[in-house]
Formats: sequence, structure tokens, C-alpha cells
Amino acid sequence: MSYQWNWGILLSAVSTGEPTTYLGWFMDGLKATVTLSLAAWIIALIAGSLFGILRTLPNKWLSGLGAVYVAVFRNIPLIVQFFIWYFVLPELVPPSLGAWFKGLPPLIQFFSSAVVCLGLFTGARICEQVRTGILALPPGQKNAALALGFTLPQTYRYVLLPNAYRIIVPPLTSEFLNIFKNSAVASTIGLLELSAQARQLSDYTAHTYESFIIVTACYALINAVVMLFMRWVERTSRLPGQIGGK
Amino acid sequence: MKLKKIVVALMAAGTLTFSYAQAQQAGTSTLQKIKDTGTISLGHRESSIPFSYYADNQQVVGYSHEYAMQIVKAIEKELNKPQLEVKLTPITSQNRIPLIQNGTIDLECGSTTNNLERQQQVAFSNTIFVVSTRLLTRVDSGVKDFADLKGKTVATTAGTTSERILRAMNQDKKLGMNIISAKDHSEAFLMLETGRSVAFMMDDALLAGERAKAKDPSKFVIVGTPQSQEAYGCMLRKNDPAFKKLVDDTIAKLQTSGEGSKIYQKWFQKPIPPRNLNLNFPPSEELKALFKSPNDQAKG
Repeated sequence: MSYQWNWGILLSAVSTGEPTTYLGWFMDGLKATVTLSLAAWIIALIAGSLFGILRTLPNKWLSGLGAVYVAVFRNIPLIVQFFIWYFVLPELVPPSLGAWFKGLPPLIQFFSSAVVCLGLFTGARICEQVRTGILALPPGQKNAALALGFTLPQTYRYVLLPNAYRIIVPPLTSEFLNIFKNSAVASTIGLLELSAQARQLSDYTAHTYESFIIVTACYALINAVVMLFMRWVERTSRLPGQIGGK
Repeated sequence: MKLKKIVVALMAAGTLTFSYAQAQQAGTSTLQKIKDTGTISLGHRESSIPFSYYADNQQVVGYSHEYAMQIVKAIEKELNKPQLEVKLTPITSQNRIPLIQNGTIDLECGSTTNNLERQQQVAFSNTIFVVSTRLLTRVDSGVKDFADLKGKTVATTAGTTSERILRAMNQDKKLGMNIISAKDHSEAFLMLETGRSVAFMMDDALLAGERAKAKDPSKFVIVGTPQSQEAYGCMLRKNDPAFKKLVDDTIAKLQTSGEGSKIYQKWFQKPIPPRNLNLNFPPSEELKALFKSPNDQAKG
């Protein structure tokens, strides 16, 4: 194959005249990917925990609400959800509200849509993990807590959730990894995150291989950091006598 | 450093694979390859209206595609093989250069700009079309030229020359524009249609294609001083003079014989599939000049 390798291209100035290099573009993309994913992860944890708890409650309506959330957000492809949040929703709300949103600086529009979309999508998956985590506990734990005089909220707070979260750390790790990879879909609404910057660089310089090798390395690096962090969480949170404990 | 060793090993493996492929290909010209296999592989676009796109039943049609099919005919004549098998491969902006280089496709005629960066990786045929980068805007937006964009939001397609020019303009003239880089042309147009941007900067021919797709095309107008001209060429492998000459000659003959103008009218001034839209896009002076003296020069 007649490919001309040139890694030096990364350090050359961009051809748009902006005071940065192509490597600088990558760094911007990396920053966007990490900020977006971490912000979405916070939403995902909150929404996931909330609806996951709802799904295990004795009240039929509340658990039904959780089920609807999961059905909607887990079953629609992520790329479609991005499209709905960014393009469709502002047309459905009252025109003045839609116009206000569309008048915001584009970057704020991209970011807010992307964070909410990615957060709620991942939240639906975390919801199921929280639910199964709680259901995996022996029913005796809940009954014993209630018999001791705990209210239902206290039972969740002091007995069920601390155990359930410990059980689901491994699947949570893979959701945490997924959220970084899924954030690449945000490029479809115009957000210049890591994968979009790789495409930019390949289009601007015709050095396709260098760009995608760098991007692959960046995602690998992010994943390595997440794995290390989650292993640390798992290690420090385990209880003697429980799963994984000594 | 274990990690460093792994990285080095991976990169060495990559380089080896490439040089192996290179060794295999050296000495085999594209024409020889086509003769030996009885097959020519063409790359095409899936939605570059009206250059190369799917009409009904996944059938590839378009202005550039007609050039490609004429080139296939010329190859059949040259090789004296009347029934070449034509293999069509859909390509994107990202994979078109690697696919030419690794031999998956032999020729790509779509909406590919001939520029100096790309010439380091691939070769380009004679120019088949000339476009100018301009603006599409609403009739009532008040935007007449690029200077009117000060402080406004403008959409363009990521990775295009338009994006490059727009960003440079923003920098040089301190226009303070918000620039949205959409994934593809239809998404950039959607930004304009939904009121997220006041204008969409792109190659004028593609703007005409997007306008034709709008719910009400009469609401949109193409305005502004052309900021650059681009030459679309067919893309082929580097260092294959025999093949390039055949392709160039075929294109030159089409353009000077008047056949090229007929192909132009068919795709830009008459209803085209799949929705029978007429782009109503008369030929530019640059295109007329090209048809008089065909060449393979990149424009600035």
C-alpha cells in the first residue's frame, strides 16, 4: 500500500488559521468527551438509583413508573435519542421556549442535549442493575429490618442499598466504560468530541491512519483509568464475609 | 515499560502488513489487474445528490457516476474485454482514501475535491466539476453576503473546505460567528431549516441539492460572493500513469465533444430521481471554461 506516514502532522498548525495544532484539536476533543461523559454519569447514577428503587417498591404505580422509564430509554437506539433530544424536542415544546433554546450558543445546546440524553439512556441501564441488586438480596434482610422497627425508607437506606450497591459494582464498571464509548454518538448532533476530531483531522490532512490510531489510544487510556478507579472502589467497599470480601 | 513494548510491537505489525501489501501490488498496474480479474471496482457515494447517490432499489446514479460508467466503457474497449464485471462499493469521506490505497476500489467518482493534501496520498483525474463555496439562507433572513454573518450562527459540514474557510474567516475578520459543524449535508441543512443557524455554507451545487429537498424550496436562496473554487476529480491510485491517462483522455473527450454538457443538463437542469426534483442550477462560467480546456489542476 502506498500510504505516506507522517506523525509530525500532529504538531503542525491547523489549516484554518486558528492558533493551535492538530494535537490541540485532539486535546479539545478529549476534554469534551471526558466532561460530557462524567456529567452524564452523574445524571445516570441519580436517575438509575431513583427509578431502580421505584421498581422494587410494593406500590404498583411507582414500580410501573420505573418500568416505563426503562422500556422507553433502553429500547430506543441511542443515536435516535440524540436526534430526538436535540432536533425534535425544541419543536414540540411551546414555540417561545423552543426559540429560547435554539437561540442559546450552539455549544450550550449541544452539551445540554447530549448530557441529558446520554445520562438518561445510561440511567435506564443502571436502573435495572440497581433493581436486580436489591432483588438479589435474601428477602429475610428486608423482613428483619422491618421487624426491628425500621421504616421502609430506613430499610432501604441502612440495609438494602448498601448491600445492593456492593453487589453491582462490576456491572456498573462496564456501564461506566460504556458511557465514554457511547459519548462518541454525540458527534451526530455536531458536538466536536474525540471521535469527531479524529474525523476532522483525517478530512483536513488526509492522514487517516494517524488520526484513528491516536483516537484509539485515547479511548484505551480513558478505559484504563476507569478500570483502575472502579477496581479501587470495589476493593475499598467490600465487606468481610460478603461477596468478594475476606 | 511493558506498555511501550506493546505499542511498538503493534505499530511494527502495522508497518509490516502495509509493506507486504505494497510489495504484492508493486508492478501490477490497475489496467493489468482489471484485465486479469475481469472486474473493476468502483467507489460511489450513497447520498451526494446529484453527483453519486442511490435512486430507487439501491441503484447508483448521478452526474459523477455517469463519468465513471463512461470510463468503464473506455477500459472495456482498451482491454478488448466487452463484459467487465463492475463491482460497486459505497464509500464515505473517511474511508475513501484508504480504500483506494489498499486496492479495494480502483476508481472513485463522486464529490471528491482535488487538493494538495490529498495528492500526497492519491492521484486525481481531470476535473469533472467545479463548485464555488457559497451560502444557503432563508429568503427573509436579510443575509446577502458573508459580512452579514457577524455575530450569527452558521452551519457547515464537518471536514469540508467550507468549514476551513469559515473558521479562518472568523479568525481573520473577527466576525464572532458561532460555527456549527454538522455530521453531513442533510444535518447541516436541518440546522438551517429548524432555525438553529441563519445560513449554511457549502459547495453551491450541493446547496442546490439540499434546497431541492426542502419542504418548500422557494423559501431558500443561495447568496454570497464565492469564497473558493473547488475542482471535483475522480480518485485513483498514485503512480499509475497508463490508467490515469486512459481516465483523463475519456473525461477530456466527453467534455470537448459536447457529451459532457448533455450529462450536465440531465442532472442539474432536469428532474432527477428519486423524487423528480429539478435543481435548476445553470452551469457556471468556470465549468464552461473547463469543458473548453479540460485539465487536472486543483483549485484554490
